[in-house]
Amino acid sequence: MIEDEQMDLLLTDLFERYGYDFTHYARASLKRRINRVWSLDKFPSFAELRYRIRNDSEYIKRFVEELTVNVTEMFRDPFFYRALRTDVLPTLAAKPFIRIWHAGCSTGEEVFSMAILLKEAGLLHKSLLYATDINPDVLASARKGIVALSQMKQYSENYVLSGGVADFSMYYTAQYSYAKFLDELAERMVFSTHNLVSDRSFNEFDLILCRNVLIYFDKALQQRVLSLFDESLGLLSYLALGAKETLRFSTLETKYRPLNGEKIWRKIV
Amino acid sequence: MAENSIITAKKAVVIGGSTGSIDVLLQVLPVLSVPLTYICIIVLHRRNTADSTLAHLLSLKTTIPVREVEDKEPVRPGIIYLAPADYHVLIERDRTFALDDSEKVNYSRPSIDVTFESAAEVFGPSLIGVLLSGANADGTAGLKAIKKKGGLLVTQLPATAQAAMMPQQAILNTQVDYILDIQGISSLLNNLNL
Repeated sequence: MIEDEQMDLLLTDLFERYGYDFTHYARASLKRRINRVWSLDKFPSFAELRYRIRNDSEYIKRFVEELTVNVTEMFRDPFFYRALRTDVLPTLAAKPFIRIWHAGCSTGEEVFSMAILLKEAGLLHKSLLYATDINPDVLASARKGIVALSQMKQYSENYVLSGGVADFSMYYTAQYSYAKFLDELAERMVFSTHNLVSDRSFNEFDLILCRNVLIYFDKALQQRVLSLFDESLGLLSYLALGAKETLRFSTLETKYRPLNGEKIWRKIV
Repeated sequence: MAENSIITAKKAVVIGGSTGSIDVLLQVLPVLSVPLTYICIIVLHRRNTADSTLAHLLSLKTTIPVREVEDKEPVRPGIIYLAPADYHVLIERDRTFALDDSEKVNYSRPSIDVTFESAAEVFGPSLIGVLLSGANADGTAGLKAIKKKGGLLVTQLPATAQAAMMPQQAILNTQVDYILDIQGISSLLNNLNL
């Protein structure tokens, strides 16, 4: 188990040597993540863990990927997706062009879910989905559009609960133990690394989705990221957060109106 | 009694349970003294649908406020906090809650071990860990962590549990201080309420 002072040393190393700033990540969760990698990679002591981090720049990729949580699924919280279908997409349909940003997209399951929604709403051809994450490796995996076949039963149940009426299996082809999504779905996606801690806004969007990312940040960093989103959203655009995340207590609260029930807000000022 | 000398103010109680534990809580909650003077956090294994039916069900049994944990919310005494579906609940050193949707632990999210271990770090010897009925080994590692920091361990008497495995595992693998039936758990909790 890592001590608090040791954790500070590691965070300083990561920042000074590699530019990754984890100092405003929520401590309790980050500590669990560090203990998890320590035990997964079987470091006999803190000194050896630290030595590896300071001296092995290849290992850093893995370490950072393990520090961040990459748990995701398709159509997670199906009723959230149902709200996107019924309340959000119809209001975007009149736009000549739709820009969507998935911030912290991990291995891309939510991006492909969104592409399916857009296709079913007849909007995919005029949409662009920007999918960003801090980890290049998870983006490489997202780009392939491949998920484990064993997950598909759960995903198609989620899809139906989200209001999907098509046969979900028409969106992918099964190959050995994997499902590969149709190229058509990926055609409108752009994948890129982006660090919410240090990078700036890069476009203006009609919808930003950032679900279950802010819970890993402290309040100060949450506010920074929410301001970044605010700068990247035009009037009447939407911001979607995870089931347990909120705009309450942030400076955005008064500028956004919540949609009924789900964690979706519309910019009104 | 020894019980009274151990138990002083500013306590925190973490309660974990799985199969059969809701029935226990439905019996314990109505007899808890009001207002609650200690911190109370409940982690139950539940279906991963994000609805608040469980909090509602429990709140029907007590006048103590029952609510699902919100991210970054301060941990206050006098409220019964319930871990939300599909999130682990952690506690920061500044005594605020932190939610986490990382990998399942013991096939569970929320996991009892995760919350117990995190609470042990923050509350140390002021923490009481209570493990109820369940058919899973979740909770045992958490109780060990609580013991290591000087806290008090309580399990439901396995014979009174709908699923005995969870308390049984804890009794076999940790040094449990009190093994109590449902009435015993209620009165221990009321003894904490100073």
